Amino acid sequence: MTVTGYTRERILYINLSGEMDECSAQDARAKCDKLIEENLNAKKIIINLSEVAFMDSTGIGFLIGRYKKASKLAMPMYIENPNFAADKILNLSGIYSLIPKAE
Amino acid sequence: MTRNYLKLQFYSLPINQAFARDAVAAFCLELNPSLSALSDVKTAVSEAVTNCTVHAYRGNLGIVTVECEIDGNELHIKVSDTGKGIPDIQKAVQPFYTTLPSDERSGMGFTIMQTFMDEFSVNSIAGEGTVVYMSKSFEAEVENA
Repeated sequence: MTVTGYTRERILYINLSGEMDECSAQDARAKCDKLIEENLNAKKIIINLSEVAFMDSTGIGFLIGRYKKASKLAMPMYIENPNFAADKILNLSGIYSLIPKAE
Repeated sequence: MTRNYLKLQFYSLPINQAFARDAVAAFCLELNPSLSALSDVKTAVSEAVTNCTVHAYRGNLGIVTVECEIDGNELHIKVSDTGKGIPDIQKAVQPFYTTLPSDERSGMGFTIMQTFMDEFSVNSIAGEGTVVYMSKSFEAEVENA
């Protein structure tokens, strides 16, 4: 899984690409947290999932973990463009009540 | 009537999770699954195999067995391990229940298997291992004109 990020107008955009499972999550976690720590002046975080080709329940734990970290830093978080399969899992978990979909 | 059988055995290494779900997906292609059904199967297999790595063998090396059978338009999947077993299955299958909250586990694995597949059951003996059984039937696809 590839993790890239950039900021624009104090919004931290994090782009995940590839397959999110137990095997790939650990590395993605570290990279994502590093991006958050390097951008402490961001006012919100948008996680783009459009290039996530596969995701199992590991993705739920991953997103909640990042949400908790961002919450401590008072940064609201949003999910953008999950594919239909990721969306199905995220809906089932009720995660959108914590991390809404970006407009 | 179509009948086919596949058996995979591999070490409980995290790297094999993708291999297992992709192999099962490739095996069921002859049933002409919709993209959505194929994705359901991949996700359910990923959950079952991940449980073997994370819970059954707790990061130690063990053997995971995935058996698939195609019978007509149905796919039957059995994922088994000889790991530590599940002491309380009722609890384990509850949504959001996890024994490892500190690892950012969602506790949604069994719920996803149940929701994404038509049939689901789990049998386990503490100290001997766990067997997860799942099946899904595939609608005959209407050919696009």
